[in-house]
Amino acid sequence: MAEAKVLGLSGNEAVAYAVKQADVDVIAAYPITPQTIIVERLSEYVNNGELQAAFIPVESEHSALSTCVGAALTGARVFTATASQGLALMHEILHIASSLRTPIVMAVVNRALSAPINIHCDHSDIMNARDAGWVILFAENAQEAYDLTIQAFKVAESHDVLLPVTVNLDGFIISHSLEVVKVLSDEDVKRFLPRRDPVYPIDFERPTTYGPLALQDYFFEVKRQQADAIGRAKEVVRKVGEEYGKVSGRPYPLVKEYGMEDAEVAVVALGSSVGTLRAVARRLRKEGKKVGVLGLTLFRPLPRDELMKYLEGVKVLIVMDRAVSYGSTGGPLYLEVAGLLFRSDLRPLTLNVVYGLGGRDLRPSDVEAIFNEGFKCLERGRVEKELLWVGVRE
Amino acid sequence: MKEIFKMPESAFKGKATWKEIPIGGIIPEPATSLRYKTGSWRALRPVLDEKKCVRCLTCWVYCPEPAIERLEGDAVRINYDYCKGCGICANSCPVKAITMVEEGA
Repeated sequence: MAEAKVLGLSGNEAVAYAVKQADVDVIAAYPITPQTIIVERLSEYVNNGELQAAFIPVESEHSALSTCVGAALTGARVFTATASQGLALMHEILHIASSLRTPIVMAVVNRALSAPINIHCDHSDIMNARDAGWVILFAENAQEAYDLTIQAFKVAESHDVLLPVTVNLDGFIISHSLEVVKVLSDEDVKRFLPRRDPVYPIDFERPTTYGPLALQDYFFEVKRQQADAIGRAKEVVRKVGEEYGKVSGRPYPLVKEYGMEDAEVAVVALGSSVGTLRAVARRLRKEGKKVGVLGLTLFRPLPRDELMKYLEGVKVLIVMDRAVSYGSTGGPLYLEVAGLLFRSDLRPLTLNVVYGLGGRDLRPSDVEAIFNEGFKCLERGRVEKELLWVGVRE
Repeated sequence: MKEIFKMPESAFKGKATWKEIPIGGIIPEPATSLRYKTGSWRALRPVLDEKKCVRCLTCWVYCPEPAIERLEGDAVRINYDYCKGCGICANSCPVKAITMVEEGA
């Protein structure tokens, strides 16, 4: 392990730095706030010779991802980045990328979907794409955005996976905040992430058909393979997170826990809010309140066993959603957690919090109120309102 | 060669399981369409009256499959293994030498 460097980087710059060190071959991208700085930095790296890669500016996100699919099929290491409307415009290619088993890495800088038009953070963009067959990772801060980007290539390109991976970082909150980021040496990254070993690259000596028609006879089998691959991805993400810990000193569990050894009221969340929740929980625990925080690094595939093992003993479980699943019985994360609980013997009281849409802040006072609501439910022994809209003017 | 590149024989009979076929629906060898007989899709069958045929090859040019074979002296033969029964040959024939008849009739 060479000596780590410490840099002042925004989340976007941290991702770009990781992509440079990953020595990608092809970047195809279209700028969109709040992601633009990632590809802007990468275009500078390519222009000044720090990164030997084909940088392909395209006319839309649909084309960006289509280009990435083609490039990945040749055996190249491929990266793109997007946000919000850009991810929505990619939507049909998201499914094609995963089904053709192209190990693309994409940073998604989470931003609310229009309308009303908004440039700030929520998770409506990625939640809209959660069933597209991609591995979905969530970063809590710029450091995690850097670390997870490097890990994402190793996961995507693993022969047990061969699926595209998104690294999600909250728009502006992570993407534009300057933080202290420890970066690995280029040599360490090279050792951790050797050249991609493609399984079925385009090869003129071996004519191959990619993306053929498959009707009633084979479509189902191809989809079954895909479900199997993303299921296997969990173990790969876990191993890569452990291995990364050996290189960097920062191991990555699938689920981050705080205070769960004795927590009675616990929250589950994604993204930058996990840090806010932990900071408030730390203060409340000092006051003797048994609270705990779970942050999912991996959202797809859902690390079900890893999450469930923390829930024994939890009396009130609060699930935090930064997106709405309109007309459903809860937010996207809530539905996942409720589904897991139903299949277990555990029956904590559950609350679903929808918060932070369109960049509305989640303040420490909001978090404290959320935990207090949990304790009220605990005293009453029941939940009065299952869904709480936190931060909206009623 | 990686295991993943193997196309099992059962794949051509529509019998291979999801564990046996290459990933991503890729077909790792060329010309497999020859082994994919689409003749069973046909509801109408083109029947050629060789006596009327003037050997103009219009049907041979127009057949999208192509399931019309060009023979010695520009005679044609319909390959029923691949013909999907679209009827373009019958429609394009200037001397009405091809008629579409119901399959199984």
